[in-house]
Amino acid sequence: MDKIYVKDRDIVVPGDLLAEGLNYLPSGKAFRENEKIFASTIGLINIKGRVIKVIPLAGKYMPKKDDIVVGRVIGISHHGWQIDINSAYNADLNVGEGVSEYIDLNKTNLSKYFDIGDYMLAGIINISESKFVKLTAKNRPYKKLAGGNIIEVSPTKIPRIIGKQGSMIKMLKEESGCNVAVGQNGWIWIKGIPENEAIVARIIKTIEAESHTTGLTDKIKETLKKEIKRGGK
Amino acid sequence: MGGTSTEKLVIKNKRLDGRKLNEMRKLSIKAGIIPNADGSAELALGETKVIAAVYGPREVLPKHLQKQDRAYLECIYDMASFSTPERNRPGPSRRSVEISKVITEGLAPAIFLEKYPKTKIDIYLEITNANAGTRCAAMTAAAVALADAGIEMRDLVASIASGKVDGQLALDLAQKEDNFGEADVPIAVMPRTKEITLLQMDGDLTKEELQKIIQMNLKACDEIYKVQKQALKNSYKGASKNGE
Repeated sequence: MDKIYVKDRDIVVPGDLLAEGLNYLPSGKAFRENEKIFASTIGLINIKGRVIKVIPLAGKYMPKKDDIVVGRVIGISHHGWQIDINSAYNADLNVGEGVSEYIDLNKTNLSKYFDIGDYMLAGIINISESKFVKLTAKNRPYKKLAGGNIIEVSPTKIPRIIGKQGSMIKMLKEESGCNVAVGQNGWIWIKGIPENEAIVARIIKTIEAESHTTGLTDKIKETLKKEIKRGGK
Repeated sequence: MGGTSTEKLVIKNKRLDGRKLNEMRKLSIKAGIIPNADGSAELALGETKVIAAVYGPREVLPKHLQKQDRAYLECIYDMASFSTPERNRPGPSRRSVEISKVITEGLAPAIFLEKYPKTKIDIYLEITNANAGTRCAAMTAAAVALADAGIEMRDLVASIASGKVDGQLALDLAQKEDNFGEADVPIAVMPRTKEITLLQMDGDLTKEELQKIIQMNLKACDEIYKVQKQALKNSYKGASKNGE
């Protein structure tokens, strides 16, 4: 009675039947209807034992608790900041979560710490039932992102840009000497010498486009070395 | 509809364009054609051509349209001024506003709107060449664009219009058959569950004829569904090979 209709790494589209029977469990972008499991987005299949997971190949960023994101200040209120996190929902950063020192709200102008248009690396501490997103930015690794450049990639490609245990991003940082901060929301901050900033931005776009190929980390390392050598002259 | 033609529309079970009565026009769909949109699709059903673009989920503006428990879905159907033989006055018309409404309601059951509370999903449907069956072509394209945008859906929506021409039931009417035929029945369905999300009828049909047409449409929608799935899979062809 229990039956599975897909293999590992198959591409599925919404409405595709993945498995039948209560022994299998839907995960990721899969859902159960009566005894059957279907895919709800275009994605890749990942099977681990009884769990059938659909990893999405497209889609906008939806905030999740404990995610690290790159945010932009879009408003200042008397008790905190409003942050754009490249999502349908804006986030709030309270004074207490933004700055560790004591602030007299009557005397201090909050734009001293974060002004409109400033970027920051922040963590999502809570999402309420009604989708109010709360951020924190006061402890490491969270920080204000001063200077540098921001680029945007598809949020579904972020795991590939980070790599296994951060291998890809670590390599990018070491080879280019740039400081790189990756947000789960698809925004990436790069800071270093301007030539290398541009090279890293271009390389990240290549990773995004070729995210499906194997041995990408080594291939990217080669290109990066070559480009930096050429750019340095 | 309503007009009379001196021309015979069906001769010896063959139609003006050489099709059989139960034959669809050539359908081709391509997904992901607009880089700036979150999802997009291009569709050609014979001479009818549509471009669909999906944006969102994004912030709802104006804010009073926001819904606390689900996404606000808005489709805008528009015919380009050059899409018809006579120039079509640009901008929304009585007809396009009505079609936008029925398309929105036809697509809504397929989308997990409750997974995106307080957001808005925009679908823009531009008819670049009109040759009958535009609302159905638009819905078929919209479903592909929605899936391309990575929006969670129960199923795709496939849609087709059939009618009665020269006293005979015919699948997927072309322009002349639509103008001079006796009836036109657009239908949209979620092919997996066979749930009908749109059913309209223009003209006169008996109960038996209507039932026959619905069955004919459902069968054609299964074919459309296959093309839709293939279009989506084609746009992500490389993704399943190798990779980590």
